[in-house]
Amino acid sequence: MTLFGYRVPMMSSLILWCLIWEIVGRLELVLLFPPFSGVLAALVELVQSPKFLAATWTTLTTFCIGMALAIVCGIALGVLMGRVKAAENLLGMWVNVFASAPLSALVPVLMILFGMGAKTIVVSVFLFAIWIIALDTQAGVKHITPSLIDMARSFGAGRRDVYAKIILWAALPEILAGIRLGFIRGVKGVVIGQLLVSIIGYGELFELYSRSFLMEEFWALTIVLFAFALLVAELVGMLEKRIEYYAGVRQ
Amino acid sequence: MVAVTRKVPRAADPHGENMASLESIISVRGINKIYPGQVHALKDVDLDFSAGALTSLLGPSGCGKTTLLKIIAGLLEPSTGDVLVKGRKVTGPGPERAFVFQDFALMPWATVLRNVGFGLELRGVAEAKRHETARRYIEQVGLAGFEDKYPHELSGGMRQRVGLARALAVDADVLLLDEPFSAVDEQTRRKFQEDLLRLREVERKTFIFVTHSIEEAVYLSDRIVLLSRRPGRVSQVITPQIDRSGSPDEIRRDRAYLDTVEEIWQGLRHFVD
Repeated sequence: MTLFGYRVPMMSSLILWCLIWEIVGRLELVLLFPPFSGVLAALVELVQSPKFLAATWTTLTTFCIGMALAIVCGIALGVLMGRVKAAENLLGMWVNVFASAPLSALVPVLMILFGMGAKTIVVSVFLFAIWIIALDTQAGVKHITPSLIDMARSFGAGRRDVYAKIILWAALPEILAGIRLGFIRGVKGVVIGQLLVSIIGYGELFELYSRSFLMEEFWALTIVLFAFALLVAELVGMLEKRIEYYAGVRQ
Repeated sequence: MVAVTRKVPRAADPHGENMASLESIISVRGINKIYPGQVHALKDVDLDFSAGALTSLLGPSGCGKTTLLKIIAGLLEPSTGDVLVKGRKVTGPGPERAFVFQDFALMPWATVLRNVGFGLELRGVAEAKRHETARRYIEQVGLAGFEDKYPHELSGGMRQRVGLARALAVDADVLLLDEPFSAVDEQTRRKFQEDLLRLREVERKTFIFVTHSIEEAVYLSDRIVLLSRRPGRVSQVITPQIDRSGSPDEIRRDRAYLDTVEEIWQGLRHFVD
């Protein structure tokens, strides 16, 4: 990036914002913003505390279970809607509604249905992530060149082979894009779920810190979560790039 | 319906298997195809394809020639009528028929080697065996050294060679080619046609070839079936007698070749207006 003819190093905007934060914090203008250096110190302490490790473990397990279910069910649902016209007509509208609806509103209902525990978190991760995976899978499946399926059939492929060797592979670029977006939504699901349930995982910590105005710890935890969300999206993005070469050339 | 059938044996039949070529391997009986919306694509088509011959289906675009080929392949069901392969009724695709697609239909995620061996893979042939067969046919279509490339790394002509090798690898009796050279450039196309003639000498197979190019049909075929405009029906059957023993250039200057091209053009002309 260049600014007024000078080359500006890549991370400089981040450093600039951290500096501003530090200054605002030092001035003690707002109680919400402690100095950034204090937040960093709290971060180092936080990631070593057993409470944080336990919360991380709960968060990761609920997130992974919810995502695994969402990926399996989302792909199945998307393939069904992409291949069967009746399924598309019947389910398409609902999937679209859920994909764009503010699902946070449903979490209190989930708490009543599934209790104040990990089950509710798993279900909210699942519900946040599944729809976009289903929609992208459907788009990928509908995008397949029909001659590829004719080809497999003409060489003797049964229904199973057509799905396992052609359809899933041909739709893989869209499926992975859906999974990446699903992961991002799943992170929202796990955070919102935990915040609302607020007695397990990070939700419990957030509740504790914000109620007792432990702002340094609060921001440290926020940074951890942001970093986690970014890392997850980047990892799936890398996987996506590896198979991108055929997404553009399959026509 | 005008049937111009000359009972003269092929001048350049190198193996002298005229007896064999009289035997019909595929019979098409009373085929009608009506698509939803009352589009009558094919009407009362009766045809016999002799073993070892190359037959072209030629006609204006939209005459249903690809539809007919896909019905023979078992990929489409006729509205009425039957297709018999070696006397048995066709209910779907079968191992005695292999298809070459207009748009190549290669799997972009698989190497040339896997694409060529895909027909064998679907039949459950062991990996070592199918790679060996695939390599042989990759070499035969002139793609040796490209086994580990992906389709997007190849030119259009090379991709169709992969499609051809895949069809050859399953060792079917009948090769069905749906405008295989229409998506490649003219030079590649000519080279391809010459290669196909040479291939016919090596592989004793029956070819059914869909094309919209009169020159291509005359250059390659033992027999040309002209289909009329929609609803497609057999309007003429022509058996060109062309001496194919000479070089490609000699063939293209051959009197009989040029006359046949002209005759077909006169026959098709009134469909165009």
